[in-house]
Amino acid sequence: MKKLINDPADVVVEALRGMAAAHPDRLRVDLENKVVYRKDPIRSGKVGLVSGGGSGHEPMHGGLVGLGMLDAACAGEVFTSPVPDQMMAATKEVDGGAGVLHIVKNYTGDVMNFEMAAELAAAEAGTEVQSVVVDDDVAVQDSLYTAGRRGVGTTVLLEKIVGAAAEEGRSLADCAALATKVNDNGRSMGMALTSCTVPAAGKPTFDLAEDEMEVGIGIHGEPGRKRVPLAPAREVAAMLVEPVLTDLDFTGDTGAIVMLNGMGGTPLIELYLMYAEVAQILERSGVTIARRLVGNYITSLEMAGCSVTVLRADDDLVGLWDAPVNTPGLRWGV
Amino acid sequence: MATLQSFTDWIADYAGVVRDQADYLTDLDRAIGDADHGANMARGMGKVALLTEQEEFTAIDAYLKKVGMSLVSNVGGASGPLYGTFFLRMAGAFTGVEEAGVTEVAAGLRAGVEGILARGKAEVGDKTMYDAWAPALEAFDSAVGSGSDLAAALAAAAEAAAKGRDETEGLVARKGRASYLGERSRGHIDPGATSSTMLLESAARTLA
Repeated sequence: MKKLINDPADVVVEALRGMAAAHPDRLRVDLENKVVYRKDPIRSGKVGLVSGGGSGHEPMHGGLVGLGMLDAACAGEVFTSPVPDQMMAATKEVDGGAGVLHIVKNYTGDVMNFEMAAELAAAEAGTEVQSVVVDDDVAVQDSLYTAGRRGVGTTVLLEKIVGAAAEEGRSLADCAALATKVNDNGRSMGMALTSCTVPAAGKPTFDLAEDEMEVGIGIHGEPGRKRVPLAPAREVAAMLVEPVLTDLDFTGDTGAIVMLNGMGGTPLIELYLMYAEVAQILERSGVTIARRLVGNYITSLEMAGCSVTVLRADDDLVGLWDAPVNTPGLRWGV
Repeated sequence: MATLQSFTDWIADYAGVVRDQADYLTDLDRAIGDADHGANMARGMGKVALLTEQEEFTAIDAYLKKVGMSLVSNVGGASGPLYGTFFLRMAGAFTGVEEAGVTEVAAGLRAGVEGILARGKAEVGDKTMYDAWAPALEAFDSAVGSGSDLAAALAAAAEAAAKGRDETEGLVARKGRASYLGERSRGHIDPGATSSTMLLESAARTLA
């Protein structure tokens, strides 16, 4: 294992300390509870947005805290859900009287821990909590026989869009309904060229030969649906876009927000190349691209590869997408 | 009879086991999960094992409740809520119990396993820790029914758990992260069923 770390046990806290040092103007970090907050306390009457999950997906979620996006992000160990104590602390801290929305990715551990936290927050502090579970990964086909679809790329778009709505002053019920709408209209599919190494484990999560790739991966270095021979970018783009378009009809007048996301170890030159391929297939298939985002937003440590997310976005969603945002990971209009 | 001391011995024994077996548990998890089960359990149980140094306990239920809370707070993943809920529910069954005999331990195990079921919503055959717990509970109750003492009932439960654990190898996962692998999850032993079996084997060594 070759990593820029001190001790594998200290990676998360030391990275959080670095985030606090790098963004003193925007962020405040509770190192004990491992929660990233906006620097300023929540505005009274604004719905608080709390997300979180295992670390190793940076900039998500801590790097998506700030104006127009999250109010708090709870950082778990690498690829491990945070614990209810962290979510409780965050929930109480960002309760501005209008309630708190938990944005949870559909992983067994995340769902269970957020569920326990919501029960405890309601019982202890009387905070009104609603939750949305993101499950947009079309690689998981047999939802009846699995833990259900995983929460992947749509999470980033959802945090942006619902963040803008909360900033506008929309109610908890409206924010929760909007979050559900975004989840219902977003689909993702990812692939990997390499595995990744969890610092505490010290070796790659799976082995992938020089001439192989893994299609239908999640964001935790877990193997995907199938292992296939390495193919040109054009064919990889088709393998990612096709299952997305088969799963939901994105054609018609309503535009789409498209994200081409890097898994952490793929350079931008390849991501842009992939975006061109993806955009071409989408347009040829009758999808109108309204907005686009290319870069590393929901990663899997140093894994090489990418994912495609397509979100059917009506005018309300596009308007919220365009609203100002000022976070370490996403910034425009300010 | 299991006293408070037996229960603290159980936890200390189990903490040692998961510390020694952390790499093995992580290897199992690497095959069908995300390679963190051993590290998470070792970290969490390491904290739990320190409880008796930080606080004086006088009752089994208060101790087990603290164990459960500490697991929820320190393990993370799905194992934290599942093991945490197991001990919290088990604690509930020991209210006012100073010395637990075979009947009390049976009630405690049942409450704990029902907690795992409520939190995880798994069924037998889903390739989860429940595939160790369900046969273990059945074996414990059946041993009690045929007049076994606590030691024999716990040994029977641990043996049944190990059998259930081994049988997860042939199953396709339907819950948890392994379920995303579909057919490819077959041929691997479930890490949660393995750490659960270790917990019961610890119990057989310490509780009776």
